[in-house]
Amino acid sequence: MSAVNPPVQQTYLPDETAFRRGLSSRHLRGRLWRGFFLLSIVLALFALLALFYNVVNSSAGLIAVQFVIPPEEVIEGGDISSASAEQLAAAIVEYRPNPALVLIRNNISAVPADQFTTAPLSQVLAGRTIPEGAESLTIRELSPEQVAAVMAANISPDVLRGFVDDEIIGLNVLETYTLTNSLLNRAAIEAQIAADIEAGELPENTRLEFRWWLTGAFISSGQSSDPVLAGIRTALIGTVWIVIVTVALAFPIGVGAAIYLEEYSAPQNPFAFRIARLIETNIRNLAGVPSIIYGLLGLAIFVRTFEALTSGAIFGINDSNGRTILSASLTMSLLILPVIIINAQEAIRAVPSSIREASYGLGATKWQTIWKQVLPAAMPGILTGTILGMSRAIGETAPLVVIGASTAIFVDPNGPFSSFTALPIQIYQWTARPQAEFRAIAASAIIVLITLLLLLNASAILLRQYFRRRLQG
Amino acid sequence: MATAVQQSAHAFELKNVNIYYGSKMAVNDVTLSIPRQKITAFIGPSGCGKSTVLRSLNRMNDLILGARVEGGVFFNTQDLYQETVDPVEVRRRIGMVFQKPNPFPKSIYDNIAYGPRLLGVRSKNALDEIVENSLKGSYLWDEVKTDLKKSGLALSGGQQQRLCIARTIAVQPEVILMDEPCSALDPIATQAIEELMRDLVKQFTIVIVTHNMQQAQRVSDFTAFYSIRKNEAGDGKENRWGILAEYAPTERLFSAPASEETERYIRGEFG
Repeated sequence: MSAVNPPVQQTYLPDETAFRRGLSSRHLRGRLWRGFFLLSIVLALFALLALFYNVVNSSAGLIAVQFVIPPEEVIEGGDISSASAEQLAAAIVEYRPNPALVLIRNNISAVPADQFTTAPLSQVLAGRTIPEGAESLTIRELSPEQVAAVMAANISPDVLRGFVDDEIIGLNVLETYTLTNSLLNRAAIEAQIAADIEAGELPENTRLEFRWWLTGAFISSGQSSDPVLAGIRTALIGTVWIVIVTVALAFPIGVGAAIYLEEYSAPQNPFAFRIARLIETNIRNLAGVPSIIYGLLGLAIFVRTFEALTSGAIFGINDSNGRTILSASLTMSLLILPVIIINAQEAIRAVPSSIREASYGLGATKWQTIWKQVLPAAMPGILTGTILGMSRAIGETAPLVVIGASTAIFVDPNGPFSSFTALPIQIYQWTARPQAEFRAIAASAIIVLITLLLLLNASAILLRQYFRRRLQG
Repeated sequence: MATAVQQSAHAFELKNVNIYYGSKMAVNDVTLSIPRQKITAFIGPSGCGKSTVLRSLNRMNDLILGARVEGGVFFNTQDLYQETVDPVEVRRRIGMVFQKPNPFPKSIYDNIAYGPRLLGVRSKNALDEIVENSLKGSYLWDEVKTDLKKSGLALSGGQQQRLCIARTIAVQPEVILMDEPCSALDPIATQAIEELMRDLVKQFTIVIVTHNMQQAQRVSDFTAFYSIRKNEAGDGKENRWGILAEYAPTERLFSAPASEETERYIRGEFG
């Protein structure tokens, strides 16, 4: 290095003032971008809030109702909640003589259904309170008063009250109002109802009630064409079955495929390696295929071609066709397999090579290394993919429509070979109805669906945390 | 790999070994004998292939895509690269400690019991004894005996490396390969490992790769100095590969190096 001064160079950099000017414009550009990013968040939050508002707004509110038969007529004084069992039973026998027998059969009969009307009461009501002198009569030979006595003595008042409420007094919903409307414009709504009654457009005994559509009864009731009585039990059970069977099928297959692609697909053999990469690319593409296509595939293969399997015929179950929970789950498995495989592959790839080396270095075989080190370390990531897939399986509607989820199910699905309906299908059907009450129960079903989704995701996240904690020790 | 019938004086014999990554040659023509129950150090500048040679001794290179070994690598007179040799058995007899401490994300106990369990040891008593002896053998027992359930990752760097050594000796290998075991550690932890090595060599053959010439001088009995050769590849790039430049007892290599290159390296003029 010589000690001579370096030659004076032409400087291409800005002087002090130009630098300051440039600096403020550089900062300004940053602030603009930051504003844009903030706007994105605000818009996303707004969309989410709008969704919640929309759903909650429809799921509760005022309804203008008319009792099919006013309570005062059914029971003296009209107070159902404090009526005695005797009063309730008498009302049932008076207004619904035949359903009264069904009520007895379903609640306290001790004999098979086909002997219910022919066997003597001593058998039918074995161990129950029987009206004096009626032991040898059949149920049809009882007088209405005796039937009422049997019910009052043997069936709990709550059951009787529920029956009177639903089946005798009943509710005709004439008008439905949204939650915000109900809260903010109650006076106007009341005035309108009064005016309509005056004008003869609404019957005189119309009354205004506040109703939460999402009740315990809504969750535990089956399908019904009456929105007041309709519930989501069958759809909820169908959805839970589909998700369980889907994950049970897709998880092992998806993780297995990922393990093979990542660990075994013969990287030393260029030809096999090429094929593995080709398969991988295709799996990635499959993740983007519209779900309706999977539905068509499921219809052609699982519902039609493999009907003997999916209907359960080869297991001796003959009462259904191929449109079963199994078909739906197989189709959903195909749909979510790419998601599970891709995420599992990435999780396996992310396991540090130092762990593998340590394991191999101690004399572990390939399988021991995969089973004892790679899979546990990859499990949080694998579960993330499974959660994503599971959420998708819960919400997908199109494939189920194509496969043929039934619209009317009156028997709860009880296994993979049952015909089914699912929550999204049920919601879709209800929203397609013109009456506002159905929109209200559709909104309630949406709340249940979202809650179910959150519950399942939360449990999967807890499981993932558990594996993560185990890794960190 | 049958147990060696003829016990040669040397644990390893390398004969004209070339190692390639894909089509690129990484190490050329290494011939050397590594004596039993001594510490042999591999030193040399970055990229000279010392780690590559080390990893060829227990077939760890098999895990690297495209790695290929030519020539003869003999362990107890058995060619390790013969088709009939199962690399799993090789690695069970020739353990390895890595540059970065890499305990499993498990408890201290499970880290050490891992190897014996792989081999099918299930009895709790036997595992307890192995864990205790291995930890004592790596000077770690007194520090961790009260919390064997604690995660191996919760230990300090030096403790983690001694845990990895304990894990290695738990399967009773014949050889321990160490790939720059102290490069991620502070001087105190390094000293502990060096003392441990002097103790371990009474039972095991040790081969260590190190960047640190003082370390090689302090702990090793024999030292192999690797260097780099290069030539012009056609398109203006360079081909570089490693060679074994000099191999001698440590004292002689450092006091009276045979070649000028070795002398310049141990004086710290390059590398």
